[in-house]
Amino acid sequence: MSPTSRSLLDGENIVVIGGGMTAHRLAESLQQQDPDGTWSLTVIGDEPFEPYDRVHLSEWFAHRDAGALAMDLEVWQDPRTTLITGDSVAALDRKAGVVTTRSGHQVSYDRAVLATGSWAWTPRAEGTDLPGAFTYRTMADVERIEEWVRLRGKALGRQVRGVVVGGGVLGLEAAAALQSLGAAATVVEFTDYLMSAQLDQGGGEMLRLLVEDLGMTIRTGVGATRFLPAGDGPVGTAELSDGSSLPADVVVFSVGIRPRDRVARESGLAIGERGGVVVGRSCQTSDPAVWAIGECASFDGVTAGLIAPGNDMADVVVDRFLGGERVHSRVDEGTKLKGVGSVDAASFGDVNALGAGALEVSFVDPIHRQYRKLVVSDDAKTLLGGVFVGDIELYAALRPLLGRPLGADPAAVIAPDGGGAVDLELPDDAVVCSCQNVTAGTVRGAVTEHGCTTIGQVKECTKAGTVCGSCVPALTKLLNAELEKSGVEVSDALCEHFAMSRAELFRIISEEDLGTFSEVVAAHGTGRGCAICRPTVASILSSLTGRHLLEGEASALQDTNDHVMANMQRNGTYSVIPRMPGGEVRPEQLLEFAQVAQDYGLYVHITGAQRLGMFGAQLGDLPDIWRRLVAVGFESGHAYGKSLRNIKTCVGQMWCRFGVQDSTTMAVKLEMRYRGLRSPHKLKFGVSGCARECAEARGKDVGIIATHKGWNLYIGGNGGANPVHAQLLVEDVDDEHLVKYIDRYLMLYIREADRLQRTAPWVAEREGGLDELRRVIVEDSLGIGEELEAAVQEHVDCYEDEWKVTLEDPEQLKKFVTFINAPGVADPDLAFVPERGQIRPAGEADPITYHDPRAARDAATATPQETR
Amino acid sequence: MSDLVDVCALTDLEPERGVGALLGGHQVAVFRLADDTVRAVQQLDPYSGANVIARGLVGTTRVAQDDGPERDVATVTTPMLKQVWNLETGAVIDSGGKPKKPLAVFRAEVRDGRVLVADAPEAPVEA
Ligand SMILES: Cc1cc2nc3c(=O)[nH]c(=O)nc-3n(C[C@H](O)[C@H](O)[C@H](O)COP(=O)(O)OP(=O)(O)OC[C@H]3O[C@@H](n4cnc5c(N)ncnc54)[C@H](O)[C@@H]3O)c2cc1C
Ligand code: SF4
Repeated sequence: MSPTSRSLLDGENIVVIGGGMTAHRLAESLQQQDPDGTWSLTVIGDEPFEPYDRVHLSEWFAHRDAGALAMDLEVWQDPRTTLITGDSVAALDRKAGVVTTRSGHQVSYDRAVLATGSWAWTPRAEGTDLPGAFTYRTMADVERIEEWVRLRGKALGRQVRGVVVGGGVLGLEAAAALQSLGAAATVVEFTDYLMSAQLDQGGGEMLRLLVEDLGMTIRTGVGATRFLPAGDGPVGTAELSDGSSLPADVVVFSVGIRPRDRVARESGLAIGERGGVVVGRSCQTSDPAVWAIGECASFDGVTAGLIAPGNDMADVVVDRFLGGERVHSRVDEGTKLKGVGSVDAASFGDVNALGAGALEVSFVDPIHRQYRKLVVSDDAKTLLGGVFVGDIELYAALRPLLGRPLGADPAAVIAPDGGGAVDLELPDDAVVCSCQNVTAGTVRGAVTEHGCTTIGQVKECTKAGTVCGSCVPALTKLLNAELEKSGVEVSDALCEHFAMSRAELFRIISEEDLGTFSEVVAAHGTGRGCAICRPTVASILSSLTGRHLLEGEASALQDTNDHVMANMQRNGTYSVIPRMPGGEVRPEQLLEFAQVAQDYGLYVHITGAQRLGMFGAQLGDLPDIWRRLVAVGFESGHAYGKSLRNIKTCVGQMWCRFGVQDSTTMAVKLEMRYRGLRSPHKLKFGVSGCARECAEARGKDVGIIATHKGWNLYIGGNGGANPVHAQLLVEDVDDEHLVKYIDRYLMLYIREADRLQRTAPWVAEREGGLDELRRVIVEDSLGIGEELEAAVQEHVDCYEDEWKVTLEDPEQLKKFVTFINAPGVADPDLAFVPERGQIRPAGEADPITYHDPRAARDAATATPQETR
Repeated sequence: MSDLVDVCALTDLEPERGVGALLGGHQVAVFRLADDTVRAVQQLDPYSGANVIARGLVGTTRVAQDDGPERDVATVTTPMLKQVWNLETGAVIDSGGKPKKPLAVFRAEVRDGRVLVADAPEAPVEA
């Protein structure tokens, strides 16, 4: 190591007291910031678990698996880091620089960090210590609550009646958790309305309606004064301040938190008036060798109750340890309710318009259970706060604008369907990538100061978009806006080889009637292309000519999924997903499907697209597997392609009591029509047999809902990372017009959209929006309706099952080998392990693995023999 | 020095695609380029840990040279997480924001219509 890269911390011992969320953050960030430092870090936590994601504690009830909540465990593999769990720090001796744990273990330190968090407060009232009364803070709490409700229900032989004391965000989360355990839940809130610390009265009332819809009982304006035991000892009744009482077989307190500052207090550190270890902007306590982060620290007299400030404090401490100057500051993070069914509520800023001259503009719709309020300055220009209940779409867009010009008429912003009218510019400190906590300002800086001009460079420079990737469209917008500002002409170039957009290229290829990639790249591009333009050109050629994807040169344009007509999985094996139109599958097909899975040791799963899939197929086995499937009438489901995936449907009028049209037959008909149609992104359809919408059609690119008179057609919806509801294009159309309009809509999208642009953003960004699209599609204002329908018809006429064609062509079958010089040999590195009677790919941590998937599967029931 | 091993006929390979080959202990990805020359790199994708590089898309990128005009070099993009490498040197061209992990390069040539590949990698490139 060169002398300049020596770290300030080299040779030092750091001890972290408390093993929760911020302790984890500190360890992780220290390792990242100082990969070569020679310090040693000891984290001591009293809970018997590795640090876990407390924010998502309620999710434990969904999977009941403590391990699933653990935060990145790799942090504890770093040889410089020691994690002690299940032992608490009893004393901090600052003179000697030593901490002592309850079990007598001593650790000396050069620097100590307090990260002890909070404990949940229990009101001072009679009976709060009865069996059956709990707090809601730790993994142990949720495990005990689950066990109690289960056993108490058995003992009582009826539904358990629960009382949650406290109607804030956590109280409501706890009440929903009780309901998920099958208990009834009554929430008792001392103030006049729910979430009173965050919402205004109107918002609180709307929230009450929403949670009552979920079956909760809400009692506001009363406190719980005492808890009385049932005949057999545990809690049985809660008495309230208005003299009434409630049955209470289980009680959960959620009435606030208090910082855990006892160890700090006893060691003589300065403690805030309302508790918490006093720290300054550097997060140092009154002893420069001791620091405090997270909920146990008192900053400006306030302790935090959210994770974001705690993480920032951890980052500040690491920066300071390494000689930096970073300071901690607090911004209004806003608050958002979570974990209570699909009920949404969120707010930020001055929700009660307490500031001088503040004005309120609100929208209330008790029928659709929506409440929105903006608080603005007296000139109606500056945004001071907002409350959103029922529909919080605007919350994320508006929160970053707190204290800044709103740039639009507040009434227009919150009016129904008004949000679209406002195109809000993100302020610099708005977080765009929440995985990596990167702000809009940092992304802009990457362009202006570090000279990034491509999305790849921005990612490398800022780390934004490198975890889940869902922010990449937002990053692209920021990048392009910044480039435009600095005078760089923003190209909509597809990639380095083609200077035009996908839509432009589509037009050129179609007008010049080009047939191969070589022709296209020679005439309009450079070099031999890349992983972006090759599949794009392939998709365009395929939509224009309807030719088989693997014919001739086109074969080298397809990424591996399209090339071998299967979707690659994380270990290099493939999935096999035949089409099951309308979700239908015949018993004899099912038998062969099962036999194939059995013979090859494949994992079977019902996919999210209403059909069956097999996973783990090896390249060399794909043709034999498909030969057997094709023989019983299956065909490619195109689960690998940017094309129609499936059409989700319900059983409609055929079976369902409510159905008003035959949705299944319509779905089958449409799936047979559009199967294999190559498009800029995957396409999903839904067809529901009545307005109950069991097929969730409005979450699809094409949504069809039956009416008494025909069909309603919705377009431009999707699920995924940014769900969008499809919008109504036409009402009550007959079968023939339905198909006509879908033809026109799809072909238009295929022609015009950008690469990887789904229909929702295409519809939203198209000039004139939905109204203009309706003119083009329904009124045929451009006179291209017939041409678009003909293009689809040509595709339908030329359609052939790709797998069937391939199986008949010995040339094409050649490529299904793992090793060209050792046919029949499987990838020796493949390894599987048993999982619930089937298989999954082995991970690093799996001690015993199997090369043969069948052996892995059989090991689920037998003792392991063949190991690697 | 490594030995050249006969792997297959040039015509067994599709232009601008790769195949996997087993050479002693090494899994190698062998590519036929548009000009009918061949390249070989390690089959293991260092980012995903799967043996899939041969199934990536071949292309080109324009690079500046120290001593002359820009030229096109052949590239491969892993099908897994889309990192891109220079097929001649194994150097990373686009790491997708991750640390750079180069590929080992194997000497490869066409002789009398047969594809020959070295049974051991060349010295690693500077990352
Ligand atoms: C149900 C629930 C939902 C939440 N939802 C949200 C949310 O949506 N958004 C949000 O921002 N925040 C939320 N929070 C708050 C968030 O979890 C906390 O802000 C965060 O955990 C604070 O981190 P911390 O490290 O300060 O404390 P903690 O994560 O509590 O960690 C402190 C740890 O130190 C241990 N400890 C204490 N004293 C000692 C000692 N003397 N010796 C050894 N170990 C000790 C504790 O047992 C604990 O394990 C939620 C909390 C709960 C309980
Ligand atoms: S959408 Fe209507 S017809 Fe279809 S299953 Fe649901 S209730 Fe029945």
